[in-house]
Amino acid sequence: MKIIVSVKQVPARDSALHIDSAGKWLDESELSYEMNEPDAYALEEALQLRDKLGGEVVVICAGPQRAAQTIREALAKGADRAIHVTLEEPGSRDALSTARLLAKAVQPESPELILTGLQSDDLGYGQTGVILAELLGYSHATIVMEVEPQGSNTVRVKRELEDGWFQNVVLPLPAVLTIQSGIKKLRYATLMGIKKAKTKEIKTVSPVGLDMQTAAATTTERVYLPQRAKQTQILTGNAKEIAHQLVEKLRFEARVI
Amino acid sequence: MSTLVVLEQRGGKWNPMSFEALAAGKNIADSTGLELQAAVLGSNITALAGDVTGFGVHKVIAVDHPLLAQYTADGYTAALEQLIRAQQPKVVVFPHTYQVRDYAPKLSTRFERAFVSDVVGVKSEDGQAVFVRQLFQGKLNADLRASGEPQFLSVQAGAFRAAERASGEAEVESFSVRLEATQIRSKPEEPFREAQRSVDLAAADMIVSVGRGIKEKDNLPIVEELATVLGAELAASRPICDNGWLPMERQVGSSGQTVSPKVYFAVGISGAIQHLVGMKGSKTVVAINKDETAPIFETADYGAVGDLFEIVPALVEEIKKTKA
Repeated sequence: MKIIVSVKQVPARDSALHIDSAGKWLDESELSYEMNEPDAYALEEALQLRDKLGGEVVVICAGPQRAAQTIREALAKGADRAIHVTLEEPGSRDALSTARLLAKAVQPESPELILTGLQSDDLGYGQTGVILAELLGYSHATIVMEVEPQGSNTVRVKRELEDGWFQNVVLPLPAVLTIQSGIKKLRYATLMGIKKAKTKEIKTVSPVGLDMQTAAATTTERVYLPQRAKQTQILTGNAKEIAHQLVEKLRFEARVI
Repeated sequence: MSTLVVLEQRGGKWNPMSFEALAAGKNIADSTGLELQAAVLGSNITALAGDVTGFGVHKVIAVDHPLLAQYTADGYTAALEQLIRAQQPKVVVFPHTYQVRDYAPKLSTRFERAFVSDVVGVKSEDGQAVFVRQLFQGKLNADLRASGEPQFLSVQAGAFRAAERASGEAEVESFSVRLEATQIRSKPEEPFREAQRSVDLAAADMIVSVGRGIKEKDNLPIVEELATVLGAELAASRPICDNGWLPMERQVGSSGQTVSPKVYFAVGISGAIQHLVGMKGSKTVVAINKDETAPIFETADYGAVGDLFEIVPALVEEIKKTKA
């Protein structure tokens, strides 16, 4: 089974976010980056499927030069090869215009499955997988908890619905699945894996090479800190002082303990 | 020229977020002078569509077809594509439900338009709609414009106050769609729930909830002790349950339980929207987090920015003192 995993490189979870001088995106020079966590789960699912069924895992990632680090991490964890769609644009690019590039780059691969995380931790659109399926004419399912290939033509997946409900769905292949976080334990790259990754193929393609116009479907007018909806009382001092004030507030102001 | 709101029902029951989407649609319609329309998809839903005729809409469109009885992305996309091509709305509004997340990007792609998902506000600038979205799990907001028409957007749970019955009665109009069974590629089975829950967090008066900030399973006794001295239920955000540190049934959020205690302690929880929707009904919220920009502080009544490993034990001591 040939599986493509679409991963994104995003600012690390604990990054301090500074808005750029134009007020339209972040000052990227101050950020450190990591693999989008939901995509790491998609990669894990793909690697486990390959280890069970055989075949190949190909990682695809659209992003600037720095994304090469995330690609190498995926290869070190066990992906067989990679495609890097080089995109020298800020991270504010919308899901549709990025998915168009990914679809064009994936097409010649003709995979049976495409896996990706259910959403990105930066923009949080949660759309790339679904758009890819539409552009490629594949079936799809979102928020997938379990993947069970049935022969060479179909896959049965367990989807998460709202409020503790689940649903099994059978899809024809090829299919795109967006994977829920936390469904499998993530593997670490081994030293051997890191060493091997250096010899694995990374194919680089550019939007020009893909013959794609890259016009965005949305424009970001401005980025800013949200206003507090509620008047939050921030308690200050050392731990003991904070604890004392908090108990006073909860007993005599909120009267809840 | 209309704003079309796509309402969601399952088995003849409304998803309540539908009425929040309707409120957002009304807001857009009022500020742009567009006519407000609502649509509902399903099988035998004409009577249900009648529920909405008094909500200040110009008309309610029932998209009724046996193949829409059960949700499929292919069926819903094909039906809505036909409806939108016929009605030519300028704006299409959805509630940001799991179901909408599954098909709306497919639908908007068919029109070569962006789907501005999970919108928390709508503004009007130079006569054009500007949509407010959250970035980085709520740490930042962005104002966006979408190119072309129709514009597709979904609204976040709780961002708009649900629409209420207004004066006037609109008509229910049927829209017939052409659908073939062969167009629908996926075969959905019956939805199910896993093992019966043994913990009913919804009934709890006090909840101590723990998130990623706890770092390791071995640190859990710190928050367990706080729950014990308060007589509170212990709960968690999703990553804690995913890691198996606490059972799934103790998860609060869109995929777990919805709670409304008198007091909710969010300990080391950043406050991603998936968590907030599960606990925003709490009367009093206390947030303890080392990151002062964590979105949980937006929802909190009392906030402590600092190290939970120092603050929580101090809090336990302080509560013990008052109970002594």
